[in-house]
Amino acid sequence: MSRIFVCGLGSVSPAGWDVKSLRDALGKNAPLPVQPLMRPGWQKPLKMRPVPNPPVRPPFLSHPNMRRTSPITQYAAAAALEAVKKVRQGGGVHPRIGIIVCLQSGCVQFTSRFFEETLKSPATASPLLFPETVFAAPASHVAALLENTPLVCTLTGDPSAYSQGLALGIDWLQEGRVDACVVIGAEELNWLLADALWHFDHRAVISGGAGALCLGLNPEWSLGVDLELITDAHTYTTRTNRKLAAKKMRAKMPAQSRAEILCDGLNDSPRADAAESSAWAEWNGSRISPKLILGEGLMASAAWQCVAACDLIASGKFNAANVSLVGANQQAVGIRFNNGGRDISDLSLPTMAGSLAV
Amino acid sequence: MLFPQKPFPSPAPRVVITGAGIVTSLGLGWKPNAAAFRAGKTGFRPVTLFDVSQQRVKTAAVVDLAVNLPATQLTERQKQRLDRASKMLLLAALEAWQQSGWEARDHLPVVLGTTAGGMTIGEDYFRQAVNLPNHHKGQPTRVLHYQSQTQARMMLDALGSAGPITIISNACASGTNAIGEAWQMIRRGHADRVLTGGYDALNQMVFSGFDALQTLSPTSCRPFDAHRDGLALGEGAAVLTLETLESAQSRGAEILGEIIGYGASMDRHHLTQPHPEGDAAYQAMQLACTSAKVTAGDVDYLNAHGTGTPLNDQAEAKAINRWAGNHVGALPVSSTKAGIGHLLGAAGSAEAVVCVMCLREQWLPPELAFETPDPACAFRIVSKSEDASVKTALSNSFGFGGVNATLILRRWS
Repeated sequence: MSRIFVCGLGSVSPAGWDVKSLRDALGKNAPLPVQPLMRPGWQKPLKMRPVPNPPVRPPFLSHPNMRRTSPITQYAAAAALEAVKKVRQGGGVHPRIGIIVCLQSGCVQFTSRFFEETLKSPATASPLLFPETVFAAPASHVAALLENTPLVCTLTGDPSAYSQGLALGIDWLQEGRVDACVVIGAEELNWLLADALWHFDHRAVISGGAGALCLGLNPEWSLGVDLELITDAHTYTTRTNRKLAAKKMRAKMPAQSRAEILCDGLNDSPRADAAESSAWAEWNGSRISPKLILGEGLMASAAWQCVAACDLIASGKFNAANVSLVGANQQAVGIRFNNGGRDISDLSLPTMAGSLAV
Repeated sequence: MLFPQKPFPSPAPRVVITGAGIVTSLGLGWKPNAAAFRAGKTGFRPVTLFDVSQQRVKTAAVVDLAVNLPATQLTERQKQRLDRASKMLLLAALEAWQQSGWEARDHLPVVLGTTAGGMTIGEDYFRQAVNLPNHHKGQPTRVLHYQSQTQARMMLDALGSAGPITIISNACASGTNAIGEAWQMIRRGHADRVLTGGYDALNQMVFSGFDALQTLSPTSCRPFDAHRDGLALGEGAAVLTLETLESAQSRGAEILGEIIGYGASMDRHHLTQPHPEGDAAYQAMQLACTSAKVTAGDVDYLNAHGTGTPLNDQAEAKAINRWAGNHVGALPVSSTKAGIGHLLGAAGSAEAVVCVMCLREQWLPPELAFETPDPACAFRIVSKSEDASVKTALSNSFGFGGVNATLILRRWS
């Protein structure tokens, strides 16, 4: 099996429209400000951490296919374009890029609007909205932007399905069907999604955005980060509950060693966090929990975890990073990235990564 | 491990079908569907599942689900929570499962295609959240069961099995992509068995969406007819049990057919309109033929995507003409959407099962409503039920968003 290199990272999050803003926000260790999200029929608002407006209008929004797109498509596109920057730098013919978009809730904004219009009067429901409600819409628009995209796929599932997107991308690379593959996790927020989350955790803070990893086989494109392993998907069943599945996943990840970090999905929600906390109870090393800073971004959160993990390795702060994806209602999967064996001379670990430990 | 894995086996194992289950408006199961397809029946009826009084079109290929679910390993509580889509998925899965003779396992990969999952549950959630904002009863359950991974888990629970679940949502190509990716999983050596297929239930949002786009036919669905005026929606599910030939033969399983090729491509022309020349459709068929090591001349029947919309059928006809070349005049083509409607995420898997039926029973499904050939079609549309020698069949699926996919299946003898 070939080595799989991480060749680029992309992010749109409540922290901003690039990886740097994600890095800065996570580095500051402080949860981003929470804003009220009005919920029709309630006096008390729900809570959100929205994606801020970009400082300047991204040029890709002027592409004809991007007219009328919903925010999730714009987040996915921005993250993908940032992630593939390095592999498209060579000039000449662009490499063949596979696109895999992973979603849990998907295009909820236009879906809610269109269904609301349908209930009021189906005869006047907007035909412009409906195509953008389809799960496959973001991938289609990203493909139009990236152009040389022979293979495109949209996967749905709980956030752990992001790992299956990575695994599928690896298969495409190893079969030579693409030269690089960008795997995107994206979500957008609205009151309905926040309402759904509220039923499981009244303190939940919903967020949106996207994260993207570009994978490739060409070492010249590498950021200095290898994708080392993805565990089996430990599915929740009547016999294997979430806690047991998380423990099985943890057992398949390597034992803790120096200069490693755990990038987990904890969210200050005792009930939701219990399975993952238990699985990693013995972990006493550095740890980072992006959701505590950014909010619950569902599939985007899974992608942010991977982006943050790779960014910390690429910056030379850690030898390896374990990403723990204990999904809400599907499966638990672990992913591990490393620096490909580079020696880190300075092992004085940054305090920022440990201080969020739960 | 999902990664790293063993090197891909060389040569790739052959992948056979040992079970096929189907639920459409023509019936629940292989036998009623085969009889109805063969007779050229259609399954369209007035929609009563939701209010269509203000819609332009008021019919669809609705499944009659008035049936008690067979005994499974689901608890009564789980059974009560099954929505329409889950029931159709479960019925198709049970039929395929029984036919295959598989026994429960703890590591059975599942690859399913769907566009809407549990959308009807999502619609109920929305209505209650808007109309009764302080009434929360049932809402947490709806949040969980609306999601397609929960529906897949329920199916596995019913079969007493477990395994990794992959849900593909490439719009109308989802079912074909699911089977294609399952086929690839086995050929890559990732699994020796995969349960795969697609499902989608009619729901108000999607019905209204297609109606708003004015893509629904106000008359009848007539793919490739010169006077076609749109598609007809349907619902259903189809599930296949795929395994290596070695696995099937070692346990003496009855083999229903073989999947020999799969091709996927991307049409970036427009979110909802295919490239007018059908370039990506042509590419998907070419790739499938390359992987199957066959040429157009080897294909005895083509089950077209054939939605009945002017743009799709025009582009697909051009792609078929180009792909088939000199063989196009002799190539029998039909779209079973004329009989069961467009099953969206289930379309590709249901049409793959129809191809397996044709290969097993040696007939071609007709389009009875077809009258006047579109001049763009250089191929022969099957307009009457006919017996035929079918050794190799090709099935096309093209999705909103541009994902195109083609499967090639071969008769097992």
